Amino acid sequence: MSETQAAGAAPTPATTESTAAPDETHHWWRLIAIWVVLSAIATPLFYYLAGPHMPPGAMTNMAEGARFDFNILMVCAIPVLLAVWIYLLYAIFTWRASRGGPEPVAGPASRGHLGLQVGWIVSSTVLVLFLFGFGTYALVQPGGAGGGQGASPIWTPASKTILPIQVIGQQWKFTYRYPTFGGFETNELVLPNNTSIQFNVTSLDVIHSFWAYQLGVKADANPDYNNVAFTTTQQLGRFTVRCAELCGLWHGAMFNYGVVVTKQQFESWATLTAVRLRHNTSLLPPYRLTYTPDANGADGGYYPDNVDPYSKAEMYGAPQGKGAG
Amino acid sequence: MSFAWKVGVTVVLFAICAVAAVILIVSLLGTPPVVDYSAGASGQPVNVTLQAVGAIGSGNHPDWVSYLVETPQGQWVHTTVFQVPQHTRINFTIYNYDSGSPLRNQQLGQVTGTYGNVALLNGHPFRVINSNAGNGVAHTFTIPELGVSVPLYANNGNANLCGAAPCTTSSPHKIIRFSITSPGPGDYRWQCFVPCGLGWLFGNGGPMGQLGYMGGFMKVVA
Repeated sequence: MSETQAAGAAPTPATTESTAAPDETHHWWRLIAIWVVLSAIATPLFYYLAGPHMPPGAMTNMAEGARFDFNILMVCAIPVLLAVWIYLLYAIFTWRASRGGPEPVAGPASRGHLGLQVGWIVSSTVLVLFLFGFGTYALVQPGGAGGGQGASPIWTPASKTILPIQVIGQQWKFTYRYPTFGGFETNELVLPNNTSIQFNVTSLDVIHSFWAYQLGVKADANPDYNNVAFTTTQQLGRFTVRCAELCGLWHGAMFNYGVVVTKQQFESWATLTAVRLRHNTSLLPPYRLTYTPDANGADGGYYPDNVDPYSKAEMYGAPQGKGAG
Repeated sequence: MSFAWKVGVTVVLFAICAVAAVILIVSLLGTPPVVDYSAGASGQPVNVTLQAVGAIGSGNHPDWVSYLVETPQGQWVHTTVFQVPQHTRINFTIYNYDSGSPLRNQQLGQVTGTYGNVALLNGHPFRVINSNAGNGVAHTFTIPELGVSVPLYANNGNANLCGAAPCTTSSPHKIIRFSITSPGPGDYRWQCFVPCGLGWLFGNGGPMGQLGYMGGFMKVVA
């Protein structure tokens, strides 16, 4: 029994019970009404006004899919967010302790409420299970969700015409090889519009991550591994490529820009670039899905040289020629 | 141990940690000096001169490979930060005193982003160096953000190469020249893309990971 109760300043439990039930019902209906009205306003407002402008845009089907998934998550989250905020604000203004009033602890108002607990658990479970199902569906839709699927992708695009482009990460830049145009390698990432793209992502040194933000594509670049990611372009424009895996001192500067152009422009660019770079292309190793650089950074071409790349003879720090650069 | 001793030890340890933190922060924030080519430039081409050496030969890391920058007054400075005016033709001359190897990625064997996508090697124009032939490539001068990359043809590793900077043309060397147009104001990172940090994983630590050796900034000012 609290001091105030002991002093007879507070109503007896029986009195509180008898008056609390109608009040609680009144509070709950009021809370639910506020919540329903605000949710009904805020949720469609977000979806139809803000949703179309949410990142990463709609430059590709994967980006558009990611944006749709994000908006669905927000549509589910907004009512939950409002429920918590409304309850907190309502509690603050309605049930706050008044000056000189009784201590609002250990009284009848702090008892459990089985219905509320069950309702909260059930509604949370339903929501999470729905999001699980929706997320799984979004992941396995044709072409995957723009993420790296490993060397043997399960979810491939519906299109039968897919342009392969190899993404090669190295400290600290990305380069791109176009195997269907003679295998030239360039700093530029140019994509044709309305085309399904297969990115074959690999690395020559440490782990990088190819993150073409506006394309909705993100795939780790691992040495000695081909990580495949798909996307289908559907809008012209520029996009940004960043490394999303901390890869050393200049990781933050490992970015460049790409562009989606018309098919005709792409054909023209690719043909001219193949001619322009033909001398260097002839010096590149044959196109392969992975390359095994020598362990010795200064001595490493990215050709397999039939020598264990991590043999003691080639380990870093092994005796080198003077000034080996 | 008495209370006074405990307090004393705590204070001393705290002081040591504080001093260590200050030293660490100062060293991390420390940047190499800036060689200024922008002063007095009035739209005329600016000539920037660098040299690449196999070992700096002095300082905290005498065996580290490094670039140096020559001031407009002709003094070599151990730095990789230089300043040029915006929208101006920049004529680069790089003296390479180092030996080389095949490139990890031959894509870096081509000249890109310069006037005509061409550079001069000892006065002869070239667009590509086959790093798997001859002396290979020693280093590259690459500004990724601008698409500029020039491979530096290497010297014969068996020659009597310069072992301490600044090197002079009495040592075996190659002269690489090229020109670019400076962009708008900003700090543009440049680096060598040959992983020449021997002794570090994938060759990209040590001199490759510290300003003032194999990477720096081209500061462009209005």
